[in-house]
Amino acid sequence: MNAMTKSAAELRRAARDHIRLPRLETPFHDRLMALSEVNDWYNWAGYKAPHSLFDGELEYFAIRSTAALFDISPMVKYRITGADAERYLNRLTLRDVRKLGVNRVHYTAWCDDHGHVLDDGTLFRLGEQEFRLCCQERHLPWLLDSAFGFSVDIREETEEIAGLALQGPTSHAVLRDAGFVGTEKLKPFDIATFPHEDGTVTISRTGFTGDLGYELFVPRAKALSLWDRLWNAGQEHAIRAIGFGALDQARIETGFIVANADFVTAEGALRADRVRMPDEIGLEWLVDPDKPNFNGRRAILDARRNQTLKHILVGLEIEGNIPAEHALVYHRQKHEAGLVTAAIWSPTAKRNIAIASLERPYGSKFTDDLWVEIYAMRELKYQKMMKRAKIVPRPFVKLARRTATPPGLK
Amino acid sequence: MQKYDALIVGGGHNGLVTACYLQRSGLKVAVLEKNGWVGGAATSRELTPGFLYSNCSYVCSLFRPEIMRDLELPKHGLQVIAYEGGAVFTRDGDYLASYRDHDSHRREFARYSKRDAEAYERYARDVTRQCRFIQPLLMRTAPDPFSFRPRDISELLYLAKKFGEFSPHEMAETLRFWTMSISDYLDEYFETDVIKAYLALSGIIGTALGPMSPGTAYVLLHHYMGEVDGSVGAWGYARGGMGAVTQALARSFEAAGGVIRTDAEVSKILARGGRTTGVVLANGDEVRADLVVSSADVKRTFLKLVDEDALPGDFVHRVKHFKMRGSSGKVNIALDSLPEFPALPEGSSCMRGDMHFTDSIERMERAYDDWKDGRWSTDPFLDMVIPTTLDPTMASPGKHFMSCFVQYCPPKVEGRDWTDADRDAFAETVISQIASYSPGFRERIVHMEVRTPREIENEVGLTEGNIFQGELTFDQLLFNRPVPGYAQYRSPIHGLYMCGSSTHPGGGVMGAPGRNAAAEILRDLKRTPEQMSKAHDVI
Repeated sequence: MNAMTKSAAELRRAARDHIRLPRLETPFHDRLMALSEVNDWYNWAGYKAPHSLFDGELEYFAIRSTAALFDISPMVKYRITGADAERYLNRLTLRDVRKLGVNRVHYTAWCDDHGHVLDDGTLFRLGEQEFRLCCQERHLPWLLDSAFGFSVDIREETEEIAGLALQGPTSHAVLRDAGFVGTEKLKPFDIATFPHEDGTVTISRTGFTGDLGYELFVPRAKALSLWDRLWNAGQEHAIRAIGFGALDQARIETGFIVANADFVTAEGALRADRVRMPDEIGLEWLVDPDKPNFNGRRAILDARRNQTLKHILVGLEIEGNIPAEHALVYHRQKHEAGLVTAAIWSPTAKRNIAIASLERPYGSKFTDDLWVEIYAMRELKYQKMMKRAKIVPRPFVKLARRTATPPGLK
Repeated sequence: MQKYDALIVGGGHNGLVTACYLQRSGLKVAVLEKNGWVGGAATSRELTPGFLYSNCSYVCSLFRPEIMRDLELPKHGLQVIAYEGGAVFTRDGDYLASYRDHDSHRREFARYSKRDAEAYERYARDVTRQCRFIQPLLMRTAPDPFSFRPRDISELLYLAKKFGEFSPHEMAETLRFWTMSISDYLDEYFETDVIKAYLALSGIIGTALGPMSPGTAYVLLHHYMGEVDGSVGAWGYARGGMGAVTQALARSFEAAGGVIRTDAEVSKILARGGRTTGVVLANGDEVRADLVVSSADVKRTFLKLVDEDALPGDFVHRVKHFKMRGSSGKVNIALDSLPEFPALPEGSSCMRGDMHFTDSIERMERAYDDWKDGRWSTDPFLDMVIPTTLDPTMASPGKHFMSCFVQYCPPKVEGRDWTDADRDAFAETVISQIASYSPGFRERIVHMEVRTPREIENEVGLTEGNIFQGELTFDQLLFNRPVPGYAQYRSPIHGLYMCGSSTHPGGGVMGAPGRNAAAEILRDLKRTPEQMSKAHDVI
């Protein structure tokens, strides 16, 4: 046995104790634990993550009124490097990666050979030949198999990299007071690195809230010092740590979709009719037919040409104020037209909003006379309501401060 | 001389299932069992004081919940408890565990390969898709493509429709899956030897094929399509051992007025003018009935119990060539304390699941090579469980029953019959394998029951000790099981039916052959099956 294999075996042995902590703690767990007043945890991809820390409703207002700190470490992360990294990612994903400059981020998606969406995510270009892909589900075999013939190195780095989302109107003020000089120059989707302790932190002007906001990535060992740096600077800016419940409200207002909540990923679907093409989940704008060949291209363009797309994702505004979560959508109150995948009463828009997946021609040809059937459990009795729904563009909430550069401080 | 409406040859789980449904539908039914106890290959026996063994089958997943409910088996004492994963020990002193928690399972695979860890979901999805296709076929009589009866045509159409719901891509996948070797199949997903070895085990259990033999991927599916309370693919222990399944069936049968006769070996099934009239027992007694249902395997039924001249020549030829080869053995061990496996962390849940020592597919294939040479494997693979870690009824506190399923084990040793010395040497092979991973193991042994194909055939009656009453390869499934043209539980002799695992959908403690046979018999009698609920939906 040579030295190399021995150390691999030792590493493997050292990792055996993972079973002692089946819900892994994120690099920020100590801080979250200390702040958690309600002990409301959930399982995010095998990590213990807060659903709320003190009060979901108030946490939401931290996003929209001050600054909210949300731990995104469980998000799956892949590092893609090498001479062919750009060409490889261009073949893999829907958007033109050649147009993604160094230190820029874009939202994208990738498909199997049949044009069915495997996942959506954000692609960070950290260098000419260096990228980070962040997503909800795990895709290492797919990424490695797709690399055949490309000079590229693909590494899963979820556990090694800690991530924080800092979102809200005072988020830039927090960064500034934490001493990150130059963040005011970041435009939406810009990335820059800043010194932190003896290393660096990567900060991008991105987020899942549709508000002014940033995402910060550091190696695991620097997680707590980064948290403390932001937390201390944030005290005068009413920073609050938040859980997923609040974030989910903000993302629905912004009209963002979540894999395996608003659509079923192609690798997860057991039933053949559950898979979706980009055009069926509102991602048609990501597809760039003019760029070089990419996976799923022919299937997607064929479906467009032959008009065989079966579904469509729409934003709905529903009368009344009762959220229509998982309600059935009807046409003329009679024909089943689809399903609501996410719905809230929007505190910011003061409207009852929803994201729905409809079966074409509903939503494409028939866009009027849509209704949702809401079953509201009220003191052990369903109150059944048929409410009128109107297709409206997403985002439901559009905030000027999201894109203003230089960013505001409050 | 007594006269019954129906006689069931053999008191194994399928025989008892058929018996229960027929009795509850108003027939007067007697079960004739050669042993002094019922159960067939699903028995629990106390061979040494204070220890109950699951003598043959040892874990439960495939047994259809529809049957448990229809026959009120919970009321008659049946409880199935889900168990907790397991482990393969590797030769370098480590192990690969299997955990029920999804993310722990992934992290365990990631210790060996991050790629394999993330490939598991794709693999599980693809196998689950195949299960979803096959599951609804279990509780239906396979269509007979030789007949043009409307029912067969509509069943064929059903099959075609099920298949038609697949995309062309999935159809191609299904055909590949049903014909591939488990080794080739796993190679498409995984790169790590021990992970492949762990998953390949279900592809060869009970089968006289190696992991590299075509057709073994389907065998894996057969082990995956069971469930414990809706959790598809999960396995559990029957509380009180696998005999609890047949004991509950026997009680249900007797509660409905059925008669069980033990020590009543059937030596001949009578056939006169192409029609059965009953059976003759080994003691010479004749028992009369217009219906005889044999739960014995197809070879034993038609080559030993029925006169060959009462059968069509081609049928006999087909039965003779039905593949039912002995390939496995069993060692049941009573232990005076819980064995230690130093590789495992203290208190590991793996001890409550299935444990194996074969860490590569190549070792499995080499073990099969020994079988081809007519020897038991010098490095066999074991499927080892300790049910007493979860079931307090099989041994007193602190004592344990360990079940070791052993493969490969030939029906004859280098062409000659097994001897007691062979059997003891076979047991030693097994014990020394365990002992090399578990110091002090030998000292804990209180008693052992060693079963080669010889013992299994002699006691249970399974030809060559084949646990599935015929191998589960694609050439022996659906309308080809056991014989084309006779896949609907009927035989060439009027009034003689089959209900054992030789029939569709095959082996394992599933009960589906027994239930489907009862449905066909009642159909012939123009009776509506009482208390036979619809098969559960796959949704």
